Amino acid sequence: MSLVIEKVEKRFTDFAALKGVSLEAPDGAFLALLGPSGSGKTTLLRILGGLENADLGHVSFAGLDWLTIPARERRAGFVFQQYALFRHMTVAKNIAFGLEVRPARQRPARAEIKRRVEELLSLVQLEGLGGRYPSQLSGGQRQRVALARALAIEPRMLLLDEPFGALDAKVRKELRGWLKGLHTRLGLTTVFVTHDQEEALELGDLVAVMNEGRIEQIGPPGVLINAPATPFVADFLEDALARSPDTNLRSLVRARTIK
Amino acid sequence: MTRPLAPTKDHPLVRWTLTAVALGFIGLFLVLPLVVVFHDALGDGLTAALAAIREPDAIAAIQLTLTAAAIAVPLNAIFGIAASWAIAKFDFAGKGFLVTLIDLPFSVSPVVSGLIYVLVFGLQGWLGPWLAEHDVKIIFALPGIVLATVFVTFPFVARELIPLMTDQGRDEEEAAVSLGASGWATFRRVTLPNIKWGLLYGVLLCNARAMGEFGAVSVVSGHIRGLTDTMPLHIEALYNDYQYSAAFAVASLLALLALVTLVLKSLLEWHFAEEISAAHHH
Repeated sequence: MSLVIEKVEKRFTDFAALKGVSLEAPDGAFLALLGPSGSGKTTLLRILGGLENADLGHVSFAGLDWLTIPARERRAGFVFQQYALFRHMTVAKNIAFGLEVRPARQRPARAEIKRRVEELLSLVQLEGLGGRYPSQLSGGQRQRVALARALAIEPRMLLLDEPFGALDAKVRKELRGWLKGLHTRLGLTTVFVTHDQEEALELGDLVAVMNEGRIEQIGPPGVLINAPATPFVADFLEDALARSPDTNLRSLVRARTIK
Repeated sequence: MTRPLAPTKDHPLVRWTLTAVALGFIGLFLVLPLVVVFHDALGDGLTAALAAIREPDAIAAIQLTLTAAAIAVPLNAIFGIAASWAIAKFDFAGKGFLVTLIDLPFSVSPVVSGLIYVLVFGLQGWLGPWLAEHDVKIIFALPGIVLATVFVTFPFVARELIPLMTDQGRDEEEAAVSLGASGWATFRRVTLPNIKWGLLYGVLLCNARAMGEFGAVSVVSGHIRGLTDTMPLHIEALYNDYQYSAAFAVASLLALLALVTLVLKSLLEWHFAEEISAAHHH
């Protein structure tokens, strides 16, 4: 039932975005794809979501040959960096979208859709805001609407592209804790992309450090910090963590340096 | 002592002069001619003006103009959406060339575009003999007029939509697909609502031009009174016959149709101001 990515390659006209990426994550994992911009992390996420086709390679997930399933049938809940909310629809309509576009036979009754929307609104703590338009919401609220919309389709996997990238530091911190709690509660296999070392190490139970289209190292945060496999990983993590305001992470780094 | 001006403010004299120049220009070149058209239409009195519009050849011309617009505008709305969709949402070889092609009708003289159709479909043209054999009439008939109108008004919808759709990107469409929407559902529920105001604006402009087109239609129509004369052609014919007030009466009607288009657009913009601004900003 785990997520297995094997030798995935992707070339755009003028450069190779992914040069053979393989990784394995258990079911229910919270996997962070961490790397500098241009390292291929977003491309990998988009391939998992079906928004981009891989040139080569294989992905299996939930016992399925994942890449052969068309995007619209994949049920991969994708949360976009800029949220991509439907600007002409209310929050409630945005969340209901995935249910309303189902073929008539599989579409829940209107009352059932309404109930599900209410449920999701309360899950993302936006009760009473169903009638608003996206333009009337704050960044943090939009982010949660995007999450609720992705969760409405009962996704097999949740994919988040720089989920906190567009938010200010304070909101980012709050949402981070909330998202971690949500993941624990739902147990949904989640892959998220970030260029923020602290974010990856704090949120992910598994972190894949990517660089120039390859995975440098994948492992739990503690392992990455204590035993970086390559000079790139050591450099990329150390710089950021030494400056981190998070005392837990800082002490981890310090403990290692002393050792 | 004079009060110093705020650094971002122009001197009042500059503002007044510029405003006066703009208003004077609009008045002299836009409003005055329009007023003259309506004024001269009533030169022989209201009864004469109404009679000029009710006359059979005039009615035939009005019908032909409306028919041609009713066919050309929806066609160009569909072509325009398809072209802008392809240009804004996908990358493909020859994209720049396609964008240039869309502008072609704007840069080519309408008379030339009319001639092109005569050369292709006319009796002496490439397809002429074949068409004559199969008894299909294009030149000097409605199909030719529609073709010429479609050609000339092609860019309006596309020009309006390409920047709008490019600006909106494809994120929302991608989101729709990842939520399980089919291509058609994505278009109908996401793309179309996002572009509907731009589309409406393009369609209105396209319609105004379609009804007013003279050059291209003039070449392909053959000027058969009561049969292939559209409103602009009919106006010219009346004018050449020294029937000035009749010419201006029909011209007033044509101008009125254009004004209605503009009023309609302003009303819609005013009524849906909030929704329109929501479509542009996220």
